[in-house]
Amino acid sequence: MSTVDVQMPVSEVRSGPGFMALFRIEMLLALRKRADIANPLLFFVTVLALLPLGVGPEPELLAKMAPGMIWVMALLATMLSQESLFRGDFEDGTLEQLTLLPQPLYFAVLAKSLVHWIATGLPLALLSPLLALMLNLPVDGYVCLLVSLLLGTASLSLIGAIGAALTVALRRPGLLLALIVMPLYVPVLIFGTGAVQAAIDGYAYSAQLAILAALLAAAAALAPLAAAGAIRISLDN
Amino acid sequence: MSVTPKSQVVLQVSDLACERDGRRLFEGLRFSLQAGAAIQIKGSNGAGKTTLLRTLIGSSSDFSGDILWCGTPYPQALSAMRESLLYIGHRGGVRSGLTPLENLTWYGAGQEDALKALDKVDLTGFEDSLCHSLSAGQNRRVALARLFLSNSPRLWILDEPLTALDVVGVAALEEQMAVHLYSGGSILLTSHQPLSLAGLSEVNLSDYSVSESFDDFGGEHVDS
Repeated sequence: MSTVDVQMPVSEVRSGPGFMALFRIEMLLALRKRADIANPLLFFVTVLALLPLGVGPEPELLAKMAPGMIWVMALLATMLSQESLFRGDFEDGTLEQLTLLPQPLYFAVLAKSLVHWIATGLPLALLSPLLALMLNLPVDGYVCLLVSLLLGTASLSLIGAIGAALTVALRRPGLLLALIVMPLYVPVLIFGTGAVQAAIDGYAYSAQLAILAALLAAAAALAPLAAAGAIRISLDN
Repeated sequence: MSVTPKSQVVLQVSDLACERDGRRLFEGLRFSLQAGAAIQIKGSNGAGKTTLLRTLIGSSSDFSGDILWCGTPYPQALSAMRESLLYIGHRGGVRSGLTPLENLTWYGAGQEDALKALDKVDLTGFEDSLCHSLSAGQNRRVALARLFLSNSPRLWILDEPLTALDVVGVAALEEQMAVHLYSGGSILLTSHQPLSLAGLSEVNLSDYSVSESFDDFGGEHVDS
């Protein structure tokens, strides 16, 4: 009774929500904002549906353009939905609370990016064979397109988180976000379209897919770290 | 029940100077916060109250001087400090897409505990409505309900907790703060409104502002 306990009582130390709790709450929020999920998908489908009207309905021309167009549109759709990734949390102060958690901010960013991919990249990839059919993509390319988009859009979600974190304190980040993120998207785009093109031409495409998987592994390890750092800087100002 | 000795210093600040956007807000700031005590940070708008709080929670690194948590200096003590910290900033950290109940359980509260806390802040009946449909004052109450949770941490740092609260809300908050202080917790808060709280001392940041006086270390404030 007489000894002075210098530390605060340890029994009341909080551990904070773990990764699964972070993921669950983000999923719940994503499901409640269905419009945010529908928008990028609608954009993706609409632009690709307009494409044959713009360039003319010649099947050979469309087939030639299909891999590149699908990939570029997937990239744009991901980027457009990325702007709001941290915005709501920044405005209501949740981002600040997340930085005070005992566990690294890395996990919060990873959970958010994962949910972002499930909400945009995953449905977009699953929808791609339908659009490939519309654009007359040769049947040989379907499996490769689907797999490359699954791997690639996950990388895009992770990389985009860096841009979203850097611009979260800005009122209108639109173009700046694109300028930051687009160059980082380039490798994914190159190997994504490369894989589909190789599949159509009848070559082996496992090398390109392996590189996409490697890019994803690197992005999962590094992008949340960079984004967490960027969030701290954004909050400091 | 262990009664924390009054002399135990939890947070000690000496010769602190903070900058924001390249402008020095105050310097030579010194105070010490003891277990079971509360300090109200005062000062005119722009004096640096929020910056000071953000510096103390480790979110702003643009400072010089010494900050000690239980005798250990920052930044080594930062993670230990955060484990005992409940910070409610200018933005309350209430997610508008969640209900008050979900918000509290997200902060680690049990279902029953959360309901009890919501009852204390007079939000019974609103547990399951989404927070973006609630008023500003009600959202503030959701944020402050964290103070009424039974596992509430020992150090409270509150930025303008009384904004958007009505008279009854302020009274309930003061009562909860008194309970917290009695059980050995500490409070650091900013407010423009007067608070009736035993063990509350004041630190006026305007006394430490750079432009006001030539004597940087003048006006040493004794708190307690």
